[in-house]
This record gives sequence, C-alpha cells and structure tokens, in this order.
Amino acid sequence: MSYDPVMLLEAYRRMRAIREFEERMRREVQMGTVPGFVHLYCGQEAVGVGACMNLRDTDYIGSTHRGHGHCISKGCDIGGMLLEIYCKQGGLCNGKGGSMHIADLRKGMLGANAIVGGAPPIAVGAALTHRTLGTDGVAMAFIGDGASNQGTVAEALNFSAVLKLPMIFLYENNGYAEFTGAGYHLGGADIAKRAASFGMPAEKVDGVDFFAVYDAVGRAVAHARAGKGPYAVEAFAYRWYGHFEGDMQKYRDPKEVDRLRAAQCPLARFESRATAEFDIDVSELREIDEEIQELIEEKVAAAKAAPKPPREALYTDVYGSY
Amino acid sequence: MAVKTYREAITEALQIEMRRDPRVIILGEDVVGGLGGTNGEVEAAGGTFGVTAGFAAEFGRRRVIDTPITESAIVGAANGAALTGLRPVAEVMFMDFIGVCLDQMLNQMAKFRYMFGGKCDVPVVIRTLMGAGFGAGPQHSQSLHALLTAIPGLKVALPSSPADAKGLLATAIRDNDPVIFCEHKVLYGESGEVPDGEYLVPFGEANVTRRGNHVTIVAFSRMVLLANAVADRLAKEGISVEVIDPRTTSPLDRDSILESVEKTGRLVVVDEGDPYCGMASEIVSLAATEALDALKAAPVKVTPPHTPVPATPHLEQEWLPSPDKIEKAVRATLDSKLARAG
Repeated sequence: MSYDPVMLLEAYRRMRAIREFEERMRREVQMGTVPGFVHLYCGQEAVGVGACMNLRDTDYIGSTHRGHGHCISKGCDIGGMLLEIYCKQGGLCNGKGGSMHIADLRKGMLGANAIVGGAPPIAVGAALTHRTLGTDGVAMAFIGDGASNQGTVAEALNFSAVLKLPMIFLYENNGYAEFTGAGYHLGGADIAKRAASFGMPAEKVDGVDFFAVYDAVGRAVAHARAGKGPYAVEAFAYRWYGHFEGDMQKYRDPKEVDRLRAAQCPLARFESRATAEFDIDVSELREIDEEIQELIEEKVAAAKAAPKPPREALYTDVYGSY
Repeated sequence: MAVKTYREAITEALQIEMRRDPRVIILGEDVVGGLGGTNGEVEAAGGTFGVTAGFAAEFGRRRVIDTPITESAIVGAANGAALTGLRPVAEVMFMDFIGVCLDQMLNQMAKFRYMFGGKCDVPVVIRTLMGAGFGAGPQHSQSLHALLTAIPGLKVALPSSPADAKGLLATAIRDNDPVIFCEHKVLYGESGEVPDGEYLVPFGEANVTRRGNHVTIVAFSRMVLLANAVADRLAKEGISVEVIDPRTTSPLDRDSILESVEKTGRLVVVDEGDPYCGMASEIVSLAATEALDALKAAPVKVTPPHTPVPATPHLEQEWLPSPDKIEKAVRATLDSKLARAG
C-alpha cells in the first residue's frame, strides 16, 4: 500500500488541528470563557480524519454532539468554527448554533447534532439526494457506541439497505455512552454485526490507526460510489476526556487518561508509521505543528474579540418567510 | 373550475408540482404499494387512500419512493434531502404517528435554519391525516396541529375544502420552510369547486367562509364545515354569523380574526384539538389580549373534552364538536351576562 504524501501531510495537519483545537477548548472551558457544553474529540482524531480524507466537498457527513473533530476533518474553516463556539458574529452559523450545532453545507457538513441518534436519518436523506440526482456522491453518518442503541440508527440502516443508498455508517466506539461503559449498555456487544445483519458489508478497525481507518473507509466509499449500497465501519478509539468538559469522570480510573495518552495516541501512531514507511520527514510534521499552534492562537483570540450577534438576531432566520 | 373531491385536489396539486419541478419527490409507506408482494412489482396502492396512484408510473421510482414502516427515517431522510437540494413531500400516514418521529420535526427540521444561521433552506412538506370520525380510536384519530403550531420554525396548514387543499399544498411544496400539511381524513370524500391548473393559496391569509355581523366563529379544518352549517341555520332566524377559517395556524392571520371580533364583539372558536393549550385557547387569548374592549360577551370554546378519542362510535360522536354544540355556544354569546351588561 502506498499513500500520496500530499494527502498524508494534509491528514496530519487536520489531526494536529483537532488536537490543538480541543486541548485549547479544554483550557478555555476550564477558564470559563466558552458558553454551553463542549464535548472533546481528543483520542479519536484518526477516525474523523481517516474517514473524511476519502470524501469530497460534495459528499455529506452527519455528525454528533462531539462534532468539532468531524468539522475539521471535513474541511470546515477553523476560524468560523471558533467564532461559532464563542457564539459570535461571523461564526459558521452566525453564532446561534454553538458547539453542538456547527454546520457548513458548502463543505458537506450537515451539522453537529445534539440529539444522540438524530443525524443518521438526515445523512440518509443526503444519500437519497445523491441517488435521486444520479451523482456518484455519498453520505456518511458518524455514530457513537451510545447512539448505536437508538432506534433511529436501526431505521437508517434498514432504510439505506432497502433503497440501496450510497451511505456509510461510521461507528465510533469509544467505549462510553456518556458515563456508562459499553460493557453495560451494548446488548450483544457487537455493533458491526448489527449493521451486517441488515445485509451490508461491515468491518471493524483500530480507530487509533489513521491508516486502518483510511483504508477501511476507502473500501466503504468505493462500494457506495459504485452504487452497491450502504457499508458500515466500526472504529475503536478512546475518549481521552469526559463526556463533556467538566465531567468529573468518577466512573473511570484517573490513570486511564495517562495510559491512553501514552499508548493510544493517534498522532504518535501516525507519525511513527508515516516517517518509517512513507517517506514523511519529521521536520515536515513539526512545521505543521507550529503552523497549527499559531493558527489556533490567532483564531481563538479573534473569536474572543469578535462582536456578539446584535439583539435583532434573536428574531432572524426562524423562517425563510412568514 | 371543476368539481373535485378533497382527495382528488391533493392528488392534482402533487401531480402539478412534480411535473413543474424535478426536485420534488414523494416518500412514504405504500406511496407506490405492493412492492415485495407475491404479484411481482406492481403499483398496488398509491398511498393508503390512493392519493399517489399512478405516480410511480409517471415519475419513476426514484421520485416516488416506497419506504419501510419507519417514520423517523422517512422524516429524517426528507430533512436530509431538503438540506441537500431536493423538495421532499413525505407522508406520515396518520398524525398520531408523529409520536415516533417527533425528534425529526421538533429538533431537526424546525431548528435547521435558525441554528445554522440562516444558511440553508428546509423545503420539506409532511403530509399527514388528522381528525376523528371513523371510529379509528385513540391512536388514529387525533388532531395534534396545536402541538406542532407551538414549535417555532414549522408552518402548519389545515385545508377545509378541496380548493384550499390544492392551493395550500402547492404553496407548501414551493415554500422554503418545513410545512406540516394536515389533511382531515373525514374530508377526503367532500367535493367542491377547484380551480384548474396551477393554483396557490397563500399562507397566513384566513378565508371568510360566511359573512356576518353578530357573532364570529373561528373554526379549523373540518370544523369549518360544521360552523358554516350553523351559520346557515341561524341566518334563517336573523342571527348573522361570520365564519373565519384561518387555513394555517402557523402563520396565523391574527388581523382577520381581530377585525371580525372588533366588528361582532362575540367570539366562538371551534377546534378538534384539545381544550388545553390548543388553538381554541389561543384564539380566545388573542381576543382577550388584543380586543377586550370590543368584546360584548365572554368568548366560548367548542372543543372535544380533555380525553383520548374513543373508538366507540357513539362516544366518538359525543367527543366531537357538533353543529348543536356550536349553535348552543353561539346563542350563549348572544345571551351572556356580559352581553346584557353591554
């Protein structure tokens, strides 16, 4: 297997951007500068990026409450995202969506979704649009292990299978549904098998390994683009932090995060393989690290300084016309 | 202009809109019908009530999409399709079934435009059957339009005549906001004059179905027919009743209602929804807060009681507003203490 080095560097850039973005958000939440709830994606970077590096802007994704990483993976503007998270003018949703509803249709991002299990049926509709218009576009829904228990996911799977839609079900099994472990909440304990029972190919991958995710989702996307119907991938990764930032995490061993950082870091894993096997120079990665650090610094400062939406914004965009 | 049934008027609006705009698609349970049966792939149903019969043959199965029984996926897929460039008309067979797909209405379609900062259109129509009268019981007879009217971001239309069914549905399909289109199942066989060709009835414009000076009746959906009958009956006694059919509850034509109440000073509201937090309460509240000085009598609400709809035919009739109950309410406004004091 060989990979385009330009693609690999871009993948690393996005994973690094997610890490830097989320670590910064974590500090900002702790300092109390961010309104609302924030759900961090650290530890799962390789899933979002590995999946979305297979997609075009005209392909759609439906996301979750833990959506920052999906947005960056799909190419959303980081400055626009930060303005949105700070609920400021010029945010991707003009400051009225916030962290849990960032959307950018021009980038094929159908929205983070604060209802667990809310997005899969919507992504199915985007796949339906592609089929109706006769394009080779696809749609993908990110689904947590928690969401996998929602009826909407079963409905989306069956609907896609029946109509043979170009749809990819990307399960992110991070082992926790809010504060409850998958060992408790997952009947049958096998998410991919549930998808397979609807008659679609379903595979399991190591979600810490960018290359494994990229390859598996590549197969899924090729399958869907070729008109062969839906495909499921279950990626196992780890949620480094709480369900939301501020979660006391009494349900897990405090040393768990340290262990995960040391042993299950998607960026470290990427770096060792990319430099050893695919001719990527470490200095290129450090350059990206620096660029990203500056970018996040600059965009966070800009977001904090940006004007709030005017009072009238309360009343706008409820309807197109009324 | 030709005489058509309510059901035929709906079919005609769908047909015209699908012919004029290839982005319009229909999805729902049995909108084609018969797929997977033992007779091969025949177009066996065209909807439970035959509204889309012949559509699959004309428009193809890519635009007339038979779905499993899966309301969350039907409405969710309509939402996703609307966000990405189509104009879906999804069918939720009976309004009671919004119970299994409410999230996609309440939290998704209603919120997209607002929470995405106005950067999308949500041109989705949900066609659904409301209303009691067939003995279909508690889970196939409800009128839940008020519940949906209370969700900002949704529009709600309730045609009471074949012409309005055609004109409001065409407007709904061309609208860039989500519209819940409530068809009353008991009206399906009602006939009336329907304009030929493309015909649009604007949202938020009430129809005054009877002109009068003594009492205003505001009625919704099938209740308009009952109110009209009462107005005609009382006209013979010299009691002049004005009947207003708002046609859409969101947006609501407040001006026409207030104008009529200012003129008559007496208000009766007839609605098939619940007496609590419903349209009847809403219209009475409107009159009380905006036209109190004009009121010559206490407004009267004519609604079902706060109970489920019984399947028992005679109890269902008892449950429903009736011409007699409406007439009694009209007479009460003419004979109230407040009226005598005024």
